[in-house]
Parts: sequence; C-alpha cells; structure tokens
Amino acid sequence: MMWVRRAAMAFLVAVFAASLLARWIAPDSYAHQFRDLPDAAPSTQHWLGTDDLGRDRFSRLLYGTHISLLLAPAAALVSSGLAALIGGAAGFAGGWMESCVMAATDLFLSLPWLFLLITVRAFLPLNVSPIASVAITFALLGCLGWAAAARVICADARALCNSDIVLLARASGSSGFRLLRRHIIPNLMPVLSAQFWISIPVFILTEANLGILGLGVAEPLPSWGSLLRELESFSAFSAQPWLFAPLILLVVTVSCFHLAMGNQEAWA
Amino acid sequence: MKRPALFALMLTGFCGALLAGAAAAAQPGSQLRFSLNSEPKTLNPLLVDDDASETIRYLTGGVLARLNRVTQQLQPELATAWKVNRAGDAISFTLRRNVRFSDGTPFSAADVAYTIHRLMDSAIHSPTGDSFRSGKGKVETRVAGADQISIKFPAPIVGLDKLFDQVAILSAQSPKGKMAVLGPYYVAENKAGSYLLLRRNPNYWKRDSAGRQLPYIDSIRLDVEQNRDIEMLRLERGEIDFIDSVSAENYDRLAARAPKMVYDAGVSMDAEQMWFNEVPNAPPPDYKKAWFTSVRFRRAISESINRADLARVVFHGHAQPAVSWISPANRVWFDASLRPHPFDPNSALRLLAEDGFSLRNGALYDRGGRAVEFSLITNAGNRSRESMAAMIQQDLAGIGIRLNVVTLDFPSLLERITRSYDYESCLLGLVNNDLDPDAQMNVWLSSGKNHIWNPNQKTPATAWEAEIDRLMRAQAATIDGKKRKQEIDEVQELVWREEPFIYLVNKDALVAVSTNLHNVHPVALAPQVYWNIDQLWMGPTRGRDR
Repeated sequence: MMWVRRAAMAFLVAVFAASLLARWIAPDSYAHQFRDLPDAAPSTQHWLGTDDLGRDRFSRLLYGTHISLLLAPAAALVSSGLAALIGGAAGFAGGWMESCVMAATDLFLSLPWLFLLITVRAFLPLNVSPIASVAITFALLGCLGWAAAARVICADARALCNSDIVLLARASGSSGFRLLRRHIIPNLMPVLSAQFWISIPVFILTEANLGILGLGVAEPLPSWGSLLRELESFSAFSAQPWLFAPLILLVVTVSCFHLAMGNQEAWA
Repeated sequence: MKRPALFALMLTGFCGALLAGAAAAAQPGSQLRFSLNSEPKTLNPLLVDDDASETIRYLTGGVLARLNRVTQQLQPELATAWKVNRAGDAISFTLRRNVRFSDGTPFSAADVAYTIHRLMDSAIHSPTGDSFRSGKGKVETRVAGADQISIKFPAPIVGLDKLFDQVAILSAQSPKGKMAVLGPYYVAENKAGSYLLLRRNPNYWKRDSAGRQLPYIDSIRLDVEQNRDIEMLRLERGEIDFIDSVSAENYDRLAARAPKMVYDAGVSMDAEQMWFNEVPNAPPPDYKKAWFTSVRFRRAISESINRADLARVVFHGHAQPAVSWISPANRVWFDASLRPHPFDPNSALRLLAEDGFSLRNGALYDRGGRAVEFSLITNAGNRSRESMAAMIQQDLAGIGIRLNVVTLDFPSLLERITRSYDYESCLLGLVNNDLDPDAQMNVWLSSGKNHIWNPNQKTPATAWEAEIDRLMRAQAATIDGKKRKQEIDEVQELVWREEPFIYLVNKDALVAVSTNLHNVHPVALAPQVYWNIDQLWMGPTRGRDR
C-alpha cells in the first residue's frame, strides 16, 4: 500500500504548501469584512462564499490551515519532548522513581482535559495579540499533552534498559551517559517519532474542539476550529454545502496524517 | 389616550369580536406544545426566579391585575378595581365575585391576605416579595368582606399596582395548597427533566363574548429542551407550536421557507452593550484607567462603532441602534428625544485629540506615547456577541486602536467583572423584563453592586454619578408619574452623555409560530407569543393574524 502513503504524503505537502503561500494565493485578507456581502454564496470573487461578517471563506480557510498545520506540529514537538524527558528519565532510572513518575502520569491522564484547558485559558492574560493567543493556545496543548506519550516511552526505555544490548554495554563498562547517548536514545527515536506524528492530528482536533467552544484562536485569526463553528447550526447548513469545506479538509488531512505515519508506527 | 395605545385597544376589541366566532372552529381536545429551555426550578409561584418557572406561573397563576403586553397598561383580572393611596404605601382592591380555584375552593379576600403574608414572609425568601420590601416593618392587610382588601406597606413603593402582575394568588384553604390555581391552566403532570403537562382549569373565571368559558386550548405540553437548534427542527417538523425567541439567522431561513410562521414583533427590551472597567484599584495600569475614565475617550469609542452595521450584519436587520438604558419598546419610560450616537470616526478622532491622543502611521498613541490597545471580553459560545466583537475590532482599527477580543466561559467572565475586576472592557447583553426603571436601581446607584463599571462606591466617584444617585433616589421617593418620568429622562440624558455603558443595539423580538395556532399577536414584551394564552386556539392551517 505504498502508493496510498505516497498519495497521502503528496496531499499533505500540497496542503502545507498552499497554506504557507496563503499570503499570495488568498484573494483577500482573512480579516477584511465585506459588510455588504455577509453570508454570500460561492462566486468567482469569493470561491467559498463569505462568512456571517462578509469575510472571504476561502482566504480564511487557507490562513486557518496555515495556523493549524504549523502550530499543531509545534505543539506535538513540545509534548513529545516533554514525554521523552519525563518518560525516558523514569524508564532509565527505574525503581521508585519510575513508580512515582508513572503514578503522576496516571493522575495527569485522569484529569478532565477540556475543563482544565478552559480553566487555564481563563487565567491567561487578556491583553495579548491574536498571534500570541494562538501561540499560547498551542503551547498549552503541547505542555498538557505529554502524559500518554510519556507512558509509552517509559515502557520502551525500561524494556531497552533490560535488553541484552544494554546489559552487554553495561558489562563492557559503559557509563550511564554513554548508555543513554549510544544505545537508549537512538533506540527510542522511532517511538518518539511515532508519538510525534500521532500527536499532530490530536492537537488539531483539540484546537478544533476549543474553537467550537469559542475558546480557541482569538478573532480575527482563523483556525480550523473557528471555521468549524459555522457548522454548529446544523439546521442551517443543509442549504449551504460549501460550509463543509473546512470539515472535509480537516478529515482528509487527519486521515492523511494517519496514512502517512503508517510506516512510523511500523518503526515503533 | 395616546394614539398607539388607542390603536392597540381597538385592535384588541376587534380581535375579541372576531374571536368568539372564529374560536368555534377550535379543535376539541386540542393541545399546545412548546419548549422550556430549562427545567423549572420551582412550581411555587412565590419562589419564581427563572424563566421556566415564570412560564408556569404565567400559565397557571391568577393575578389581581395583569399588565397588558400590547398597551403596557394594567388591566383588571381577579380584582375589578384598585386604588393606591396618595402616599404610595397602601393599595386597596375590590375583588371579582364567584371565582373558584382549580380544585373548586372559593376565592376570597382571605386568599389575597394569605398570599401577601406568605410573600412577605422573610423565612421563604421570595424573589417576587423582594420588590415589595420598601422599608423595615410589617405589611398589614385588612380584609373588609369577601371582596374587599387593603394592604399597607411600611414605606412607599413606586409602581405598586404594577408589581401585582407577578403575584399569583394562593389558596388559604385548599388541601392542594399551591397546586390549586386561579389561572387558565393547572399542572396535571410533571415529569422531572422531561416535560410538564398543564390542563385547562375547569373553574377559570373568564368567558368570551359568546359566553364560552376560556381558555380554548385544552392542554399544554411543555417539553424541556435546551438545544435551540433541536427546538427549531421540532417546530419545522410540527412537533411544537411556537418558539418565542428565534435567532435572526433562523428567522430569515424560516421566513424564506414559511413566511406565515415568523413574526418580527419589533424592538424588544433586550440591549447589547459594552463598558470599560473604571474601578480605581483594578489591575489594569493607571494610564489605561485614565483613558477609560475620560468621557471623551468613551464617546470616541462610541462614535467609531458602526451600530447600523451591527444591526444589519449581525442581526440581519432585526435590531436597531441602541440609545439608552431604557429600550424604545418601553413606551412609558423611554426618552424619545434621544438619538443613537452617530458613526463618525472623524468626530471620534477630534475627541481623542482633545485628550492628547494622536494618530501616527495608522496607530493611535496617547499623550505619553503609548499605543492604544485594550482587550474586550465577552462570553464564549455566543455567536452574535462574538461577531459584534469582531466588527467592533475592525471599526476601532479604523481610528488606530488595537482591540484584542477574548472569549471566556461565563463563570470566568463573571469572576472578572464582579470580583477580581481584572479586565479592561466587556461586551454583554442585559435582559430586562421589568418596565419600571426602578427595578434597575442597583445598576444606577453608585453604591450598587450592579453598577458594573465601578461598583460598590462609598461616595460617588464623579459628579454625574452623584447626580444620577440623586435623581434615582428622587424618582423612587415619589409616586407622581410625571415627576418620575422627568427624573428618569434626566438620568437617560446623563447616561447618553457620559456613556458609562456604550449601548450598541436593541434586538427585535423574533418569534416563530405554527400555522395551526390562531389569534396570535406577538409582542415585544415577554411572554411574546402566549401573553393572551386564554384566547389562543388550535385549528386548521391559518393565514396570518396581523
């Protein structure tokens, strides 16, 4: 099924490229309100019509994709880094430290995430620019999303520490640091990589959920979450199928992430 | 009598004449169905404090006098006449004879006395009773025969007679207690969290001009449904008969498909407004507080917001630029001489220049060289408010101000505006169902906790707040209607000039009604659709009752 993976990768590259070139491709600013054209149907001027404030939907979709697809990997990087640090250290140290860290991780996993995010978001400073707010939102997601990956990495690190290769290295006099550098970290990389790829769609969807609650990216910046809010009124969209564009893009992109990372999971 | 009131009276009379004949076609065993957006907290009419309970009270409670939602005048119900004394601290009622509760218990002045004593009993903490608590001391009732009662309060109460619109009379003798009612319906079934079934009160006292006992509709089923979209779908499927608060978006969609089902009852009592945090020791930096406490700054912000666009784009034209803390829907108290602040960014910049602000390279700077930027909080999940905030953001960008819109969950927002005061400006809407401005004393008195821009002041922070305090206290101390109106007009003018609240729009009352429901005349005041519940009837698909 290599061709499916390749097609998925090609789609992701195309979407990434289009979103990165949004400034040049988008016909209008994502924030400009054509107040005489609210809720307009698709036309040659506005390919996906306009939203309730008259903003060009196609431009907003491009910029929203730009934000969601750039910041979700950044958040995934933060969470994978934290997971590697916490899970790796616990697995390598073993004993009571591993037990304590894993207990804390379990506690972290049992927290009601959505409510925690809403609470943390409420305590953040108010006077931040939309760009800062979107960075804060994804940084929060990254900082709070390490626990599940840490569990996997801890288990793998523990298994590596008990493996023959590490036992042999220990027997041949390798120090702890050398063991980490030469044996443990290189062997954990595939797992870390898989965790990174798995996290990206999760963060995209979490931001979308926050956006649906109105707590994601601040106005006037678009994100997939804020664009999906137009589907809230399900009694309204039956006559406007173009409203589904962000949903279709989200579903296809997340599916492509899963298809493309198939080989990453195989590494793990 | 003023012309609108006269017209409304003629309309009511004309409809009444037509009604008796038309209602003969009413379907026997008919049932009206509509949704409550939450479960009623109580069925005790004295403890009503939420919309759902208020609905039950309106449908089941018999009152001495009812505020006519069309004329906005009080009309006789269980009392045929009443008189407030000169001092405004006592009222006497002449009661209707031969009236019985839903269980057959006779109604008399003793029931009114019992209700008043229960209402004013401090042990039961009646929110309705709070409106009558004018001073320390006991409320005295004097029953002079089965149909005469006088009630004396310890201190004068403004608009005393109108307060009785919300007092459902309880039976002093009925073994069914509060479940015995004098209104058109009684609660027959209550399935918690699911539905309530009301049945026609067999002893209801009202009759139509043909002598037929009202109400026409036999039962009312109230389904608890929190999701407004599902409520809309159920209306379209014919599972419910009306919705009394439809969004502008749904209104337009339904109007395109079924124009006979929608009504724009005109401007409502609801206003959307923004304000700045003027609390002296609040967290925002001093230089920002200096902006916010400047009337020129507030006025400039007000003049740079395009209210007409807000009404047209966000509310699809079903709103109008707001003027005052009293809506134009309030015919008695609205100051019609006031006009909305114009959209005039040039005038706004001139006002700002007077305060030392300057526009450089598209950005506004204060006299200290700081870029003008502030945050606006509003509640997350409210689409129209979020859209308004985005439009205000673009309008303010036009005069070089950077506005950061922050949506917060409602408890967090309340925490900031009422406790921590950690915010800069806020956009919210106030729902006001009370016609008498005296009900808003706690908003306008500088010592009030709802004086939200700077609450709980020991002494008024500004001369104009001191003047509002004086005027509000003066209007509360007199029952002279003309004098009160003059004082309330002065308060409206002060608020218009100083703009502690920047009033943005007054929304229209939009309703959707099944074509099987007849004699529907939606109004701006709540309850918009069923204010004349005893005269509504179900029948074959109608044209439009206009």
